[in-house]
Amino acid sequence: MKKAGIIMMLGPLFLLGLFSFPLWNITLGAPQYPEPLGMNIHIDGIRDMNEFDLQNIDGLNHYIGMRTLPKPEDMWEFSIFPVVIGTMITLGVIIGLLGYFKKVTYKWFLGWFVLMSVLGVLGMYDFNAWMVDYGTNLDPNAIMKLSNPDGTPMTYSPPLFGKADMLNFKVTSLPAKGAWLMFVGMMLTLVAFYFGWKNRTETVTEKLSKLSTS
Amino acid sequence: MKKYKYIMMLLGITALIGSCGNQGNGNGSSNGALSSSAAEKAYVAPGEHDEFYAFMSGGYSGNITVYGLPSGRMFKEIPVFSQFPTSGYGYSEETKPMLNTSYGFVPWDDSHHPDISQSKGELDGRWIFINGNNTPRIARVSLSTFETEEIIELPNSAGNHSSSFITENTEYVVAGTRFSVPVPQRDMPINEYKGNFKGALSFISVDPENGGLDLKFQLLMPGFNYDLSHPGRGKSHGWFFFTTYNTEEANSLMEVNSSQNDKDFIAAINWKKIEEYVNNGGGTTVPAEYAHNVYDEHTHTATSTIKKEVLTVDPTKVPGAVFFLPTPKSPHGCDVDPSGQYIIGNGKLSADLTVHSFDNMIAAIEGKKFDGEAYGIPILKFEDVLAGVVKSGGLGPLHTEFDGQGNAYTTFFISSEVVKWKLGTWEVLDRQPTFYSVGHLMIPGGNSAKPFGKYVVAMNKITKDRYLPVGPEMEHSAQIYDISGDKMELIYDFPTHGEPHYAAGIPADLLAPKAKKIYRLTENEHPYAVLNPADARVERDGNVVHVYMSTIRSHFTPDNIEGIKVGDKVYFHITNHEQDFDVPHGFAMIGQNTSELLIMPGQTKTSLWEPKKPGVWPFYCTDFCSALHQEMQGYVRVSPSGSDVPLTYTLGE
Repeated sequence: MKKAGIIMMLGPLFLLGLFSFPLWNITLGAPQYPEPLGMNIHIDGIRDMNEFDLQNIDGLNHYIGMRTLPKPEDMWEFSIFPVVIGTMITLGVIIGLLGYFKKVTYKWFLGWFVLMSVLGVLGMYDFNAWMVDYGTNLDPNAIMKLSNPDGTPMTYSPPLFGKADMLNFKVTSLPAKGAWLMFVGMMLTLVAFYFGWKNRTETVTEKLSKLSTS
Repeated sequence: MKKYKYIMMLLGITALIGSCGNQGNGNGSSNGALSSSAAEKAYVAPGEHDEFYAFMSGGYSGNITVYGLPSGRMFKEIPVFSQFPTSGYGYSEETKPMLNTSYGFVPWDDSHHPDISQSKGELDGRWIFINGNNTPRIARVSLSTFETEEIIELPNSAGNHSSSFITENTEYVVAGTRFSVPVPQRDMPINEYKGNFKGALSFISVDPENGGLDLKFQLLMPGFNYDLSHPGRGKSHGWFFFTTYNTEEANSLMEVNSSQNDKDFIAAINWKKIEEYVNNGGGTTVPAEYAHNVYDEHTHTATSTIKKEVLTVDPTKVPGAVFFLPTPKSPHGCDVDPSGQYIIGNGKLSADLTVHSFDNMIAAIEGKKFDGEAYGIPILKFEDVLAGVVKSGGLGPLHTEFDGQGNAYTTFFISSEVVKWKLGTWEVLDRQPTFYSVGHLMIPGGNSAKPFGKYVVAMNKITKDRYLPVGPEMEHSAQIYDISGDKMELIYDFPTHGEPHYAAGIPADLLAPKAKKIYRLTENEHPYAVLNPADARVERDGNVVHVYMSTIRSHFTPDNIEGIKVGDKVYFHITNHEQDFDVPHGFAMIGQNTSELLIMPGQTKTSLWEPKKPGVWPFYCTDFCSALHQEMQGYVRVSPSGSDVPLTYTLGE
């Protein structure tokens, strides 16, 4: 259980990466943007991939009536996410510590993982909802109002994951370094759970053997 | 026996094929069958980048053009000494001071010899310097913005031709006078030239931090013509060499009268010694008048100051600092090999090249082996300093560059060719024709301790039939030769703008990564900049109106202005709010007596308009900036002078 406890303490610490590295990255490349414009989505706000990218994305988006990209104060998520991640890291480390001293069982490790996964899915759902709104809720006085072949107004939601063509832009949306660190950290908590579970089997066997010898 | 015969025949045929092949390689340029491999060598595929930048002087265009090698594609014309309506250089209020001189505003010059800054004798790619020949000036161009940042005028100089060459660590940019003149200038008979005129050699110090130029001292030499120059390097660092002609000091029908002496001189100047003399208080400060113009990247504005004095040095007052090396036949180019050992005088009226040895020169000086003196300056014995003579077989040698592999390449104007020869043995290795009458040639870094000997570019004076005819006036032609093999191979031929006299080349990877893409709006310190569109406004002060205007795709703020009157002086101060690479905005006003402006992202430029007629007059963006570029326009309502239409300005109303 000692090894499992250490791994359980270590895993959540990987989520600290989210405080300096972006969670997600969206790039927009076009013939006249051979070096694509890009935004890095951090847990506390959207930032430039290269200097002035957000300003230039906003400049282009105004033609099709999209709102400017939100500043941290424009969305409650950017103040709540750091708190949630911080709490989960603390919680995970405490569970690991208690596991190390055998105050809690390995099942708590799985519990942390499940809670983190649920929060992650909720976060993704919220992020996707914002992107849909950002891409469809357009200014009625937009300079360019384009329609799909079926006559419905064209919308510009970036994909949650993968590539999409939007007018002259190729949009690529992928998890970034922060997300990969989070993934590794969460996998470590599963590893901790596995070692805890294996340890449990040994303990039971030991008990059985003790019983048989006595 | 029969079999033996056949074998002999086969061998014979093989030998024939073999020799054909060799011939083909040697004359690749003229061989149609090999032209495809030449094409491959010069071909840079769409979207790919060239290996080298080539900065060519514009000659009578007064500017510098930037090309790629080996493709010969032109990337930019950098305005330096000439007004450039394309960008508004020399027309905008900010850049007019760049062309100020002691003679007032001079809109043009003749730019000749660019030279890239060096550290320890190697190209460092910080700045490029170039001389204005006609109204003597030296300019410094930034190699991150590719814009002219500084121009300094040279007093006591005329025909600023043996310029602008830099010392090994860019301590000085050196400029010599082609025409000797009375110093100080005065009203005197021309035929009293001899013994009375002086030739000023100017040493302009370069601030190692910001490149700032300062005319440190002028060496007042005898009244010869100082034609070209080059710095010593390596062992000869601290010396500078100038070719001279007209040591006869003739003043009329020069083509005959200045060609009478069998030998003119190369003047060897120990500038370190003179620097020491000057630093210890030597020299004489004399009154002078010359402009010093500096462009600030943050205020986007140039200022011009007139300086009032200059420090002059009499060469006879600094013993051991100046010597004359006799050199045959009116030498033109004066070139120093990468090691600094050989000084090559290209005797333009002869077939041969004279190569002096630095070591021999030092030995001769130390042995005091003088062959008389001229105006108190010791003349060394020709035989004592000579290292060798290149018997070229060509006619009219002008300039020599080096490949860093122990070879030198010399242009021959009269016989229209480039000749490759070996340093030390003086043997001719190869020769290739040029088209036609070649002047300078350039190997990237060929004037440094570390040449990049892959290509040589020959810059020709006569074009004739090389391209489709376009009337009597044609661009000059240049040829690119691959010199990576034993023999030179002509791989490309392209027209060049103006008259490139000399060029400077540098590997692209030394410049491209630090080329500036935008100016930061947050660093814009222009006094009339608008950093926020909300601050855009129009202010009147008597009959002077200042329009503080901003631009972004795709509108001007404000776009409609009323209350302007005939007789006003309207200054449009336009700030480009884009912070995106390659998104300039332009500005042009109907009937304006000046050029358009082309304003780079983050930059502010000012255009003066003096409306002459009442009416409603449009202005527009001249650079196709976006899909809505055609909508980027505005109107100015001009009322008769004395009318009381209030000053208003609007956007989107």
